[in-house]
Amino acid sequence: MHIWRDLRGTVQPFWITLRNMLRKPVTVQYPEQKQQLSPRYRARLILSRDPDGNERCVACHLCSAACPVDCISMQAVEAEDGRRYAAWFRINFTRCIFCGLCTEACPTLAIQVTGDFELAGRDPLKLVYEKEDLLVDHCGHNSEYNFYRQAGIGVAAPRGTNSTESEPVDVKDLLP
Amino acid sequence: MSDPLLTLVLILAKLGVIFGVILTLAAYLVLAERKLLARMQLRYGPNRVGLFGLMQPLADLIKLLTKEDFLPARADKWLFLLAPGISAVTALLTFAVIPFGPPLELFGKTVPLVVIDLNVGVLYFLAFSSLAVYGIALGGWASNSKYALLGSIRGLSQLISYELSMGLAIVPVVMMARSFSLTEIVMAQEKIPYILLNPVAFMIFLISILAESKRIPFDLPEAENELVAGFHTEYSGMRFGLFFVGEYINLIILGSMVTVLFLGGWHGPWLPGVIWFSVKVLAICGFFIWVRGSMPRLRYDQLMHFGWKVLLPISLLNVLVTGAILLGMG
Amino acid sequence: MTATLLFYILGAITVVATLLAIIQRNPVHAVIYLVNSFFALALIFYLLGAPMIAAWEVIIYAGAIMVLFLFIIMMLEISPSSDPVRSAPGWAQWVPIFILAIALASCTLLLTGLDPVIAEGLPRWHASPRDFGYALFKEYALAIEIVSFQLLFAAVGAFYVGRLEQKKSQREGSS
Repeated sequence: MHIWRDLRGTVQPFWITLRNMLRKPVTVQYPEQKQQLSPRYRARLILSRDPDGNERCVACHLCSAACPVDCISMQAVEAEDGRRYAAWFRINFTRCIFCGLCTEACPTLAIQVTGDFELAGRDPLKLVYEKEDLLVDHCGHNSEYNFYRQAGIGVAAPRGTNSTESEPVDVKDLLP
Repeated sequence: MSDPLLTLVLILAKLGVIFGVILTLAAYLVLAERKLLARMQLRYGPNRVGLFGLMQPLADLIKLLTKEDFLPARADKWLFLLAPGISAVTALLTFAVIPFGPPLELFGKTVPLVVIDLNVGVLYFLAFSSLAVYGIALGGWASNSKYALLGSIRGLSQLISYELSMGLAIVPVVMMARSFSLTEIVMAQEKIPYILLNPVAFMIFLISILAESKRIPFDLPEAENELVAGFHTEYSGMRFGLFFVGEYINLIILGSMVTVLFLGGWHGPWLPGVIWFSVKVLAICGFFIWVRGSMPRLRYDQLMHFGWKVLLPISLLNVLVTGAILLGMG
Repeated sequence: MTATLLFYILGAITVVATLLAIIQRNPVHAVIYLVNSFFALALIFYLLGAPMIAAWEVIIYAGAIMVLFLFIIMMLEISPSSDPVRSAPGWAQWVPIFILAIALASCTLLLTGLDPVIAEGLPRWHASPRDFGYALFKEYALAIEIVSFQLLFAAVGAFYVGRLEQKKSQREGSS
């Protein structure tokens, strides 16, 4: 019967809204009541340190190349022992879209995402973060990785002494 | 003693009080609607400004007043600026004939609790609700925008087609009360309200005033997902505010008309008349909000079909049947 | 005395508004002036003690017929102002409507406040709705019936013509 169906269809929504009115709202009252974020939530970026306490970033520019909005910029410098680092490192958070592509590009796990999403402010210039603001005193998600212990470059330890490395080949020697 | 002058002062005083009450009520009706709709959708609604968000209307007012008053290029400035005023003023003026309480004894004089007790109150209401169309039509036309024009054309045709069945739904009430005066219609319902005597007319009137107030099942003049905002697309700041407040004043007026014509006006046990009247009006407004939370929007051809081919014949038949019964009873 | 004065003011408003409606170049503005004139006319009826006719004047002429006019005008694709320079009218263009509106509003106030009939709270109308009804359906019943039958014929005729057109367009569409 169409008429029965139509009548029910007219009355039923009223019943549903009435029932909803008596239920507890699902709204999270934000500033007072905070939501539990996922551990993989992507928000503010940090520069982490390796287990030895040195900064991880080697200023390879891969993150700024990967960044779709071009908000990462840096100046690369090389120390006397061949260790590269960033003289300055700048992320413009007014442009950052929190896509996380920089963290995927980073070979040293230096740049990482955190769950700190409260980045609102009235002055846009305050959202331009320098290296001092970005650098933290912990390893971030991975507490073991140290790029220079895997890379075969004698910075953290002499060449060939790391666990995953073999002795460097002496190119002037004829023996196999 | 200049008696006419006293009457004039009395009328102005009543107008002032009603002005204040209606405007405040309209502002808080907006808040109530937002709150209730939010609860129907499992949200809280505005609760930040003041206790329970009670200062929200004030915040909205400040926001609307400080916004830019935008005038579209090549708009008809003359009508563009006039239209919101027409919309709000016609809505406010309608309240002049609505009796909101039993006559009061004041300084040894009977003061009727109505601004002007016209003996053609019903017709006055119909006249001003038909004039309210001009605000929408002219506002939409003067904006020089496609969306606004479409919205106002929709509004025009919708309002004139539903006004017909609204007027015809009032006819049985006038026949039963044997008067056009709203006060006398309320007096005639002292024992039994007309909602029980003529529920068909009540239903027709309720549906027609839903269309008349451009609210959700019939909100085609301002259908958000088709026409941006319909006839007030180009309006901003307090001019938009006037349209908005006019809509809610209209809601209160129509709620009062339902109360007066069908729910027995100020009649009710125990409580004073004015309180009964307000309770009934607010209940009708609450029902409108409930409908808004529950119903989808009609399609335009469905709206016209329903108005002309369903509502109008039923209301004509209702007039005939009521007349026949009244004649039969003598 | 007051009534006579009001009558002349309202009469002047009616005449001026109608004249303005005729000389307006913009059809929508003309409609506004015409509505203004109807409103003043309704107030004159009210002043003469026929509130019923005053109300019908507003409902039918201002509320229905002029709305249909407006509907047609809006369909005619006349943009609000084709000339962008003239889109910002000076204050001079506001004067007529303001004078008319203020005069109308003050007349309404005076009418409601000073009319002795209302002041005493005793509706003693020259033509109450009841008298109006009796006159219409007793004295002039035959004329009313003839006119209403004429309207019915017109409505049926319009319906028939409309159906004919519809059928023709359908046939052309199908072939």
